[in-house]
Amino acid sequence: MKKITIDPITRLEGHGKIEIFLDDSGSVENVYFQVPELRGFEKFSEGRLAEDMPQITQRICGVCPEAHHMASTKTLDALFHVDPPSPSKKLRELFYSAFYVTDHTTHFYILGGPDFVMGPEAPVAERNILGVIGKVGLELGGAVIKARMQNHHIIHLLGGRAVHPVFGLPGGISKGLKEEERQEVEQIAKDSVEFAKLSLKVFDDIVLKNKEYVEMIVSDAYTHRTYYMGLVDEKNRVNFYDGKVRVVDPSGKEFAKYAPREYLDHVAEHVEPWSYIKFPFLKNVGWRGFTDGKDSGVFRVAPLARLNAADGMATPLAQEAYEKMYATLGGRPVHHTLAMHWARLVELLYAAERLLELSRDPEITSPNIRIIPKATPDEGVGIVEAPRGTLTHHYITDERGVIKKANLIVATVNNAAAVNMSVKKAAMALIKPGKKITEGLLNRIEMAWRPYDLCLACATHTALGQAPMEVIIYNSKGELIERLGH
Amino acid sequence: MSDFEPKIVGFCCNWCSYRGADLAGTARTKCSPNVRIVRVMCSGRVEPSFVLKAFQLGADGVLVLGCHPGDCHYVEGNYKAARRMALLKKMMAQLGIEEERVRLDWVSASEGDRFVSIVNDMTKKVRALGPFKKNGKEAEHG
Amino acid sequence: MAKLKLALYWAASCGGCEIAQLQIGDKLLKLVEAADIIFWPVAIDVKYKDVEAMPDKSIDVCLFNGAIRNSEQEHMAKMLRNKSKVIIAYGSCAYEGCIPGLANLFNRQLIFERAYVETPSTDNKGKVFPQTNCKVAEGELTLPEFFDTVKTLRQTVEVDYVIPGCPPEEKTTWLALEALITGKLPPKGTVITHNAKAVCDDCPRKRDVKKVKKFYRTFEIIPEPEVCLLEQGLLCAGIATRGGCGAPCPQANMPCTGCYGPVEGAIDQGAHFLSAVASVIDSNDPDEIQKIINDIHDPVGTFYRYSLPDSLLGRARIK
Repeated sequence: MKKITIDPITRLEGHGKIEIFLDDSGSVENVYFQVPELRGFEKFSEGRLAEDMPQITQRICGVCPEAHHMASTKTLDALFHVDPPSPSKKLRELFYSAFYVTDHTTHFYILGGPDFVMGPEAPVAERNILGVIGKVGLELGGAVIKARMQNHHIIHLLGGRAVHPVFGLPGGISKGLKEEERQEVEQIAKDSVEFAKLSLKVFDDIVLKNKEYVEMIVSDAYTHRTYYMGLVDEKNRVNFYDGKVRVVDPSGKEFAKYAPREYLDHVAEHVEPWSYIKFPFLKNVGWRGFTDGKDSGVFRVAPLARLNAADGMATPLAQEAYEKMYATLGGRPVHHTLAMHWARLVELLYAAERLLELSRDPEITSPNIRIIPKATPDEGVGIVEAPRGTLTHHYITDERGVIKKANLIVATVNNAAAVNMSVKKAAMALIKPGKKITEGLLNRIEMAWRPYDLCLACATHTALGQAPMEVIIYNSKGELIERLGH
Repeated sequence: MSDFEPKIVGFCCNWCSYRGADLAGTARTKCSPNVRIVRVMCSGRVEPSFVLKAFQLGADGVLVLGCHPGDCHYVEGNYKAARRMALLKKMMAQLGIEEERVRLDWVSASEGDRFVSIVNDMTKKVRALGPFKKNGKEAEHG
Repeated sequence: MAKLKLALYWAASCGGCEIAQLQIGDKLLKLVEAADIIFWPVAIDVKYKDVEAMPDKSIDVCLFNGAIRNSEQEHMAKMLRNKSKVIIAYGSCAYEGCIPGLANLFNRQLIFERAYVETPSTDNKGKVFPQTNCKVAEGELTLPEFFDTVKTLRQTVEVDYVIPGCPPEEKTTWLALEALITGKLPPKGTVITHNAKAVCDDCPRKRDVKKVKKFYRTFEIIPEPEVCLLEQGLLCAGIATRGGCGAPCPQANMPCTGCYGPVEGAIDQGAHFLSAVASVIDSNDPDEIQKIINDIHDPVGTFYRYSLPDSLLGRARIK
């Protein structure tokens, strides 16, 4: 059987390779999306001080360190049984919203966007941020750089540095905002709202007005009907920082809603021998393999999933954009994977509006940003929405607050099964017997995973050692037929 | 492993413990030959990195000997050594290094016998623990 | 003048160094005037086979970040060393091992059992583990081999320069890139930063005599804003860490944790930090000393946070 390898996948965070098996006629027999990296955070967190975890776990990912930092900090609140003062929660959400603006901007313009702006089969030398700046012009390019730099500046103000900030503590945060700083934040937020609106317009001009792209988005090759998961507030609107986890089924009906500490009742992780990544699935539906539909426990997270799992957005312009997207694509839920790029820009607008709202909150310059925890720590779970999906941290400590056990279900990993399915479906649709396999065609297959905005360092925080010598043989239905060795 | 003879590096301070060691030598006291002595001016000169470097280079044990508390030639040096060694031992436990492999003790210039007794005791303990590096390689190398 | 051929690669990393590289902001446009970026997986679709086809020494400069955790990363480090005139260890993972280096407190098997069997959300009664070679119905799939021990780039290939930090601050990155673009490079082996002295030299907090009777954890006290954090009993790594970062963390009211690596001349950052902390303990009584030390619950995590693989021992011994 012939094998086509894409190695490494590019324009994402992390390492991955795609193996495509062709039968003798030249049709796709099967596709495997393998993740070859891992580091072992769940193990080497043991013995660490709980309060060091926001800084340690944020090194799971330097593209979304603020996500881990925030999930970890909330876990510490739960662990130490402490309720931080209200200004500190608002400042955490302000900090987090600024981060969302930088991260979603990075994905659209640098990681996933070039496929649309330059074209899926544009030459490699042009199909990247430099090509994008060349095509859309220095003004928009400058706006992209400015949006990132300005929002990173907000993170600097509160957390010292943009990548791997120092900020969260059980019981609050380490630094607040002075009035001059608050004014800076407010101005940046206003600029960010304009930038988000501009980005939606860019998407409209370059993607939605392009017939070929629209056909691609709604095509079956890039569509899967899965469950969707996201954090929602008490009105079932998207919230990145806090709330309950809501899961809807492929028809959009609420399937489950749970508080962080209940996560183990709902999510489990499946293991395959050909990848270091694990494959989360809904426990109460069950693992049925790499398939979608109501009977399969495969679910998706991240922008489109969040919008699908919620009833709306909590800010007015984002709500308008939300309604427009669903009106255009035929109602909620939307199953078209490529629409994730659109949903991401709706979220960009929400993050900017939320940043503006919070910058104007009367409590936002309060010096009351920390309380000292007094209770003995034991166990805690914290969940936030990372840009790439629902992020769960769970720590168990001894009475001193030294980590005994850590469990992490990290954002992108929730999408692992869906990513595999998306890449396979696209490959099967695009590779036909007799058709020449060009670099551009392979890029179209990569376009099936790029909307997920993968963060594979996140997804493989775990680590595996050399397995006991064992060969596991599966038949073509994925059923285990033999285990040899150890 | 039955013919394993531990290599122990012994940092001895010039004013007390080195002279104590010297006294044991001139008195021809029988003593385990496993300690390689490195003379320092004060036990306070011994940085934790010296101890770790000794292990890195092949030592199975490290001995640090200084003046008795209150008698340091430089007044406070041995107290500093005491603080450093206490904290180092705590860290070494996390690194999987047995407690008996590193020892801080006090020997005065007149205590040749005490020097010998410490050396013999430590040699016995480290011999029982076995080599620091297994098979000449670092323990648990991939 | 011909453009510099620049490659940027990541091994066992978190992607933070890529973001750090982008932090130079509008200077990125200056960079692309002077350099052709010919390999950069985060942003450009050049694949491994394209790199393999490049002639030896055809890459002028390779910025390599990430630690060496598996066989693929070791292979790429060696390949890029051959293909590059200059290779630079960019960031703490490549320089000292950084946070992934804490895995050197354990080994493959322990990490493996935790991730694939023990973790409470994992459903793996069949104890399936990922394989370096796996036969599937259609053929064979491979994964890189996982090593027991995390190594640094300098422990794998010869390295020309180091840019320290987790990640390097924007000004440190630009200091190095500017030197590359203008050809005014420092002596080989230099750790490139604005300040080779300790972070204390960058830090604006007021410093006095250090005598500590009790160490506090970061959540236990609210520190005075203008006074040295170590003097207030927080375990600030600034004294044992190379400067040039501008001391952003102490200015954000949190202690430095050591990400720029050891000061010039220190051969083991953790041992150096430990020694300094022990020196400031304000007691000569063994019982009191022990009591004070008892408040330091995680010496390795505190002293060797970023530098365990590059330390003298490199890893813990497992029974």
